[in-house]
Amino acid sequence: MARKKKRMNTEVNAGSMADIAFLLLIFYLVTTTIASDKGILNVLPPKLDPNNPPPKIDLNERNIFVIRINSNDQYLIEGDYRDDTEGLDEELKAFILNFGSPDEEGVALYNSLPASLKALAARLPDSSDDPGEAVISIKTDRGTSYEKYLEVFDLAKKAYFDIYAERVNLSTDEYRALTGKNDAEESLIDRGKEGIPMAISIAEPEKIGGN
Amino acid sequence: MGKFGKKEKPEVGINTSALPDIIFMLLFFFMVSTVLREQEILVEQKIPAATQLQKLQKKTLISYIFIGKPKNTSLYGIEPRVQANDVLLNTPEIVQWVNQERDMLPESDRGGITISMKVDRDVKMGPISDVQNELREADARRILYASIGKVKK
Repeated sequence: MARKKKRMNTEVNAGSMADIAFLLLIFYLVTTTIASDKGILNVLPPKLDPNNPPPKIDLNERNIFVIRINSNDQYLIEGDYRDDTEGLDEELKAFILNFGSPDEEGVALYNSLPASLKALAARLPDSSDDPGEAVISIKTDRGTSYEKYLEVFDLAKKAYFDIYAERVNLSTDEYRALTGKNDAEESLIDRGKEGIPMAISIAEPEKIGGN
Repeated sequence: MGKFGKKEKPEVGINTSALPDIIFMLLFFFMVSTVLREQEILVEQKIPAATQLQKLQKKTLISYIFIGKPKNTSLYGIEPRVQANDVLLNTPEIVQWVNQERDMLPESDRGGITISMKVDRDVKMGPISDVQNELREADARRILYASIGKVKK
C-alpha cells in the first residue's frame, strides 16, 4: 500500500479577517464626516442698480412685523422689548393669517383655507390686511451674532412652513422634505404656497457694534 | 457509578463565524457614506443649529463658503475671515470666485448656483452682510445657511 502523501492544507486561514475588517472599520469611523448639505434656504434680493432705484413701495405699518435684534442680542419685536423668542413662531403665524381688511383675493384665500387655519385667522384691524400683504422684517445690527439672527430667521420660516403644510394636510417636516422632483410633489408645494408668499425681508444691518 | 451518568455539558461558545460579515457590512456602509476631506478648513466652524432645514435637490449646484475666526490666529489675525476652496479671500474677491465657480457648471445650470454659507456661530452679522452684498453683486442670490438639526424641545 502506497504511503498516503500528506496533503498540504490549502485553506487560507480566515480567522484574522475580522481583525482586518475591524481595523478598516475603525479607520473609516474616525475619518468619516457624513456630509450634510442641509440648511436654511434664502434668496437674496437682486443687486441695486444705481441708475434704476427700486420703486418705493409704501407698505402700511400694520402689514410689517418688525423684529429687530441689537448688538447685545436683545430683541425688539413689534416695539416690545424681549429677552428671548419664546412663542414668536405662533405670533408670526397669527400675524400672517390675520385678515384685517382683505381684498377680493384675500377673501377667496380665506375661503380656501382648511378649518384648522381658519380658526387661527383673526380679523384684528391693527395687524396685517391679509396673508398676501404681510411682511416679516428682520433687522439686525452689525454686531448681532449670527446665531441669534439664524434663530429668528428659522422661526419665521417655521411659521410659513407650518401654514403651508397645514394647507396640504402634511406635517411640517413632510412638507419641508418635498423637493419638487416630480409633478405630484411640485403641485403639493404650489398648493401650500398659493396666495401666501414667503415674505421675509432682511434689512441691511445698522452700523452699530461689530465692524 | 450507578445510575448517575455523566451529564453532557452544553456547548457555551457563541458562533462567531458571521461576525466578519457583519463587520464588513458596517465597513462598506462607512466606506460609501464617507467623504474624505478634500480641503483643509482654515477657519473655525461651529455650525449653529436650526429646525427648518431643507435639502437641495441638486448637490452639484452647491459651492461652499466658510466664514469664521481663523484657526491660525498668529498668521491671519482674529477677525472672522472668508474661506473658499483652499484660500482665505478678502471680501472684494468673492465676486471673482463666484464667477469661477459658475463657469465650472454646465451652461444650463448656471442660474441655479447656490452658495452654502457655513458660518461659525460666533461670527457677527457685519461680515456676513458684507459677504451677502458681494453675492448679490455677483448675482448668486440663492444661499443656504448651513446648519445642523436642532433637537426639538
